[in-house]
Amino acid sequence: MNYCVEVASKAGFRDIRAENLEGQIELLGIHEVDSVEIGDRYYLSGSFDPGLLSKLTDSLLCDPIIEDATWFDVSDDLARSEPGVFTVEVVFHAGVTDAAAESLLAGTRELDLSGVEQAATGTRFTMRGSTLTLAIVERIASSLLANSVIQSYFINEPAPPPFTVAAASSTGVERIDLRGLTEEELVHLSNHRRLSLDAAEMKAIQAYFADRPATDLELETLAQTWSEHCVHKTFRAQIDYTGPPPGQNGPIDTVHVDGILSSHIRAATEAVARPWVRSAFVDDAGIVALDDATDLAFKVETHNHPSALEPFGGANTGVGGVVRDVIGVSARPIANTDILFFGPQDVEFDQLPDGVLHPRRIASGVIAGIEDYGNKMGIPTVSGGVYYDPGYTANPLVFCGCLGALPTGSHPTAVQPGDRIVVLGGKTGRDGLRGATFSSMESDHTTSDVSGSAVQIGHPIHEKQTLEVIIQARDEGLYNAITDCGAGGLSSSVGEMAEELGATVQLERVPLKYPGLSPWEIWLSEAQERMVIAVPPANASRVEEIAEALDVEMTDLGEFTGDGMLRVRHGETVVGEMDCSFLHGGIPRQHLQAEWAPQPQQAAAPLASDATSTLLNLLGHPNIRSKEEIVRQYDHEVQGGTVVKPFVGTAEHGPGDAAVVTPLPITPGTPGAALGIGCNPAYGALDPYRMAWAAVDEAVRNVVAVGADPDRISLLDNFSWGNPRLPDRLGSLVRCTQGCYDAAVAYGTPFISGKDSLNNEYTGQDGKKHTIPGTLVISSLGIVPDVTRTVTSALRRPGNTVYLIGATGEHLGGAAVLAGTAGGEAPAPVPTAPDRYRALHHSIRNGLVRSCHDVSEGGVAVALAEMAIGGRVGVYVDLSTAPRQGEPSPTGMLFGESLGRLLVEVDPADESAFETAMQGHPVAAIGITTADKRIEIQAGELRITTDVVAVETAWRGGAS
Amino acid sequence: MKPRAMILHATGTNRDHDVARALELAGAAPEIVHINQMRDEAMRLSDYQMLVLPGGFSYGDDLGAGKLWAVAIRSRFGADLDAFIAAGKPVIGICNGFQALVKSGLLPGIEGNAAGAWTQQATLTRNESGRFECRWVELAPEGTNIWTRDLETTIYCPVAHGEGRFVAQGDTLAEVERANLVAVRYVGDGYPANPNGSLHDIAGIANPAGNVLGLMPHPENHIVGEQHPQRHHGPQPGSGLPLFENGVRHAAGT
Repeated sequence: MNYCVEVASKAGFRDIRAENLEGQIELLGIHEVDSVEIGDRYYLSGSFDPGLLSKLTDSLLCDPIIEDATWFDVSDDLARSEPGVFTVEVVFHAGVTDAAAESLLAGTRELDLSGVEQAATGTRFTMRGSTLTLAIVERIASSLLANSVIQSYFINEPAPPPFTVAAASSTGVERIDLRGLTEEELVHLSNHRRLSLDAAEMKAIQAYFADRPATDLELETLAQTWSEHCVHKTFRAQIDYTGPPPGQNGPIDTVHVDGILSSHIRAATEAVARPWVRSAFVDDAGIVALDDATDLAFKVETHNHPSALEPFGGANTGVGGVVRDVIGVSARPIANTDILFFGPQDVEFDQLPDGVLHPRRIASGVIAGIEDYGNKMGIPTVSGGVYYDPGYTANPLVFCGCLGALPTGSHPTAVQPGDRIVVLGGKTGRDGLRGATFSSMESDHTTSDVSGSAVQIGHPIHEKQTLEVIIQARDEGLYNAITDCGAGGLSSSVGEMAEELGATVQLERVPLKYPGLSPWEIWLSEAQERMVIAVPPANASRVEEIAEALDVEMTDLGEFTGDGMLRVRHGETVVGEMDCSFLHGGIPRQHLQAEWAPQPQQAAAPLASDATSTLLNLLGHPNIRSKEEIVRQYDHEVQGGTVVKPFVGTAEHGPGDAAVVTPLPITPGTPGAALGIGCNPAYGALDPYRMAWAAVDEAVRNVVAVGADPDRISLLDNFSWGNPRLPDRLGSLVRCTQGCYDAAVAYGTPFISGKDSLNNEYTGQDGKKHTIPGTLVISSLGIVPDVTRTVTSALRRPGNTVYLIGATGEHLGGAAVLAGTAGGEAPAPVPTAPDRYRALHHSIRNGLVRSCHDVSEGGVAVALAEMAIGGRVGVYVDLSTAPRQGEPSPTGMLFGESLGRLLVEVDPADESAFETAMQGHPVAAIGITTADKRIEIQAGELRITTDVVAVETAWRGGAS
Repeated sequence: MKPRAMILHATGTNRDHDVARALELAGAAPEIVHINQMRDEAMRLSDYQMLVLPGGFSYGDDLGAGKLWAVAIRSRFGADLDAFIAAGKPVIGICNGFQALVKSGLLPGIEGNAAGAWTQQATLTRNESGRFECRWVELAPEGTNIWTRDLETTIYCPVAHGEGRFVAQGDTLAEVERANLVAVRYVGDGYPANPNGSLHDIAGIANPAGNVLGLMPHPENHIVGEQHPQRHHGPQPGSGLPLFENGVRHAAGT
């Protein structure tokens, strides 16, 4: 028996969801829809008394104050047609995570309503309009209401209830004989099975399986474990690099790079040798000390490929994944950060490559996905960035980061022989198969069809409860090692933990969402919200007790053995048996070619002479203007530790440089963590080496500006690049990592973790290849010694002196003021910058700094305007005394983006102390703050004349 | 002795620790208790002097905010809670906790309601902006309930919710006003001062007996001045704390 309950707004009550949808339909350029009604549908199956539906509906499904409900037997639901009225019913594909359906089943148990066996949900949209046509409704349905990757829609006919249908049981194992296959046949096999392995890798596998055929599970395990996503083969590859020496433009020479990860990234961490680094590049996240008793864990991941196909689910599970990385080092998440790259929001539909979602849809889905996961887990989302560029239209980038806290020394990492393999968290389904290999491939217009199953929807509440179990188990010392279950599923997580000892796994014990999964599917499934811990047998029952009390499923999968073999069984059948040493060490190292040539210098386009309107336009530019509408959808206050907010100033909507959070009770002397971001892909087109320096410098300056100690800053490096087998893509990546090394060493800032996402290339149906601008995101974690002594960018009061620290040169290449036009010189490295930051930090700690802002996109003019917006105080500045490199033009002085610069507000009484503290560094008093709220900035013959209201209106997009 | 406060953790609540810190500062001894523990015979609500329903997303809020939590509370310990409230012990529901109190009918809990207790009389629904809103708001305390009475200044604290718009039908709303059940109101004109479009700017209400309070904003996130977003422009008190001090004082006396 199948019933459907439909719940909709009562007549006369505003349906805000429907109003929003009407607005989005208008944005598509469709004006034929007069009204939309939305009904939530709940499908129930089982043998129950239909009389129960009344109680269920009243107690659980319908809000009697504002909603009405009806219910009916699904078989009575017929197709309909009425002129001017169209219905669209949307349901998930069977097997996609449906959290509301899970709650519904839980509710029937709470209400003692027996007989309901399955539940599912859907939505019914009723659209009215006298000129509405089927074609228009189709377009609305496919562009707004349903994503074919996870959902189906039905127009004017009832959707079949999407109950999960058990597939025929397929516990069988396929055996693939590799013996005797030619190289060509091996490559064909790899492509056919979407293993994403090359000829050399396939040959290594063939050599290993010389005595017997490989099983499907073994091949799939190797494909995941050896994927770019999991093993970072490009970053470990031998590379012949043809280009100039680091930071120089000649002479061109070919040099050998023995792995950019070890030579350019980890080498910097070792060279810097900071004693407060607890763990770098070893664990799921990097770990540094906050104080003597508390450590911080930090990680940023990308989730680009899934977000392109299913923006909500992609970003949602991106957040879930990076949060699990932090839980995977036994830490409690205390802050999230998200850096997003989208195509221009106003691009015309006919300009989009075939098969690509509109950037507006991608942006709104991604933002909703981040909101959903972070807010529901109760993690404050405190920092981030949003960048728009045509280069990201076909390949949006989603960087999700998480900061966690743990008691010093509480993260165990040594599996012992005999430890049980314990999985905590949700059930396993066919979701997210082959995610690691999928995200390591280029995409094209068929990707959403063939790899749709790689995309998942998250369930943050499961992860929240799993977190609580882990924290309790950690505090009671119940496990010896832990890792998260991410890309590659159990194959990666158990495989990784078994690397030294080996393990025996019984797959039939894995709790399934529905029957019919074959062993390799269980083993590879990337069903979300699962953690794996190694538990001594004596502690297993206590872990189970904790899990049960918190509504978390726990499964004992087998044991870590000690014989170095990974043995996977399904019942009595051995479905895979490999040496861990081969699984983890058998991958042949790649040898790649890379080249980079300096760009010919071009003069920058001349600037319009009206500097005031240039400033106002810049403030309104999508990459600079306020992102408040997005950021306020994220809870940045939960946990109560956000001491410097994303927005600052007297009206609480001025731009902040970095948020500061602390996991500790807030008292004088409490240390905290400042989170900053450095990123400017536009410099990369000119010189990736300089882009790297700029990113490191900006990330460092962000956190120094709010009060972080320059000698307590650690960095994460995240690269999103194109296909590394194309020498020009790889060449720019090598040039970039050279910059990462030099900058990190100069700043004394170790890299503690990082991640690369390569192959961000999209081939449209027309065969046209779309790649992204090579994009480096540097995330900084700076320790603020005392969270009660931070500063913000908002001006404090009239009558104070404004200083500019750092010299300005003619650095307009890639600058925001040139708005994507070619030419100009990218900002040059400033190796002496760290010393001036130390001097500034000394002044901040001594209370000499009233406000401080880093100078980045849009230069000094934008930075001054931003400080004025925060404090609603005017500012008069003359840049003639400002420190300079070379002979910058007035345009360069106002809008150039030279590195190493900050603006500082100082009380006149503190001027001499500040100047003494800054002695020996390029710094000059350039103006004063004023009560008249005017903004006057003079640079040579250019003059900006405006006021606080005008710049605030421009920056906030007309909002007041 | 410090009054014992039970913070009821349901699967998906997430401001349990925030309110625990506030209660500690206010002089209580808070304990976070998962609702599953209420099945345990030894766990008795009557052993506590205060009950707190914290913020978060109980069970994911997938069937409407606080809805399933309200059902679970009633099915697990509804009668004990009735007795707890009838004894005059203080109860506070914040954000998701407020939603659960309203969906369960415990708030406004207007007596003489024909359908009896545990019948929903008002609701908290989607914000008028259509978005989740995280921003600071100013709250004016009023009414005669034990939580907000005698508060001398407004409370400044954040909201963080997608479904906080207080809606009740005309007669219920009139009764809420007539009986002085409004406990806190948003100060200021329209959005964003009233961040969700609540009728009559209602941010929180109490029951007629005055011991049960529910509110959408988070006073537990402003218990020290350093949490205030404008504290760089002048010292700030933690203006959310006095409300908890009122509740703890009352709990100590019951």
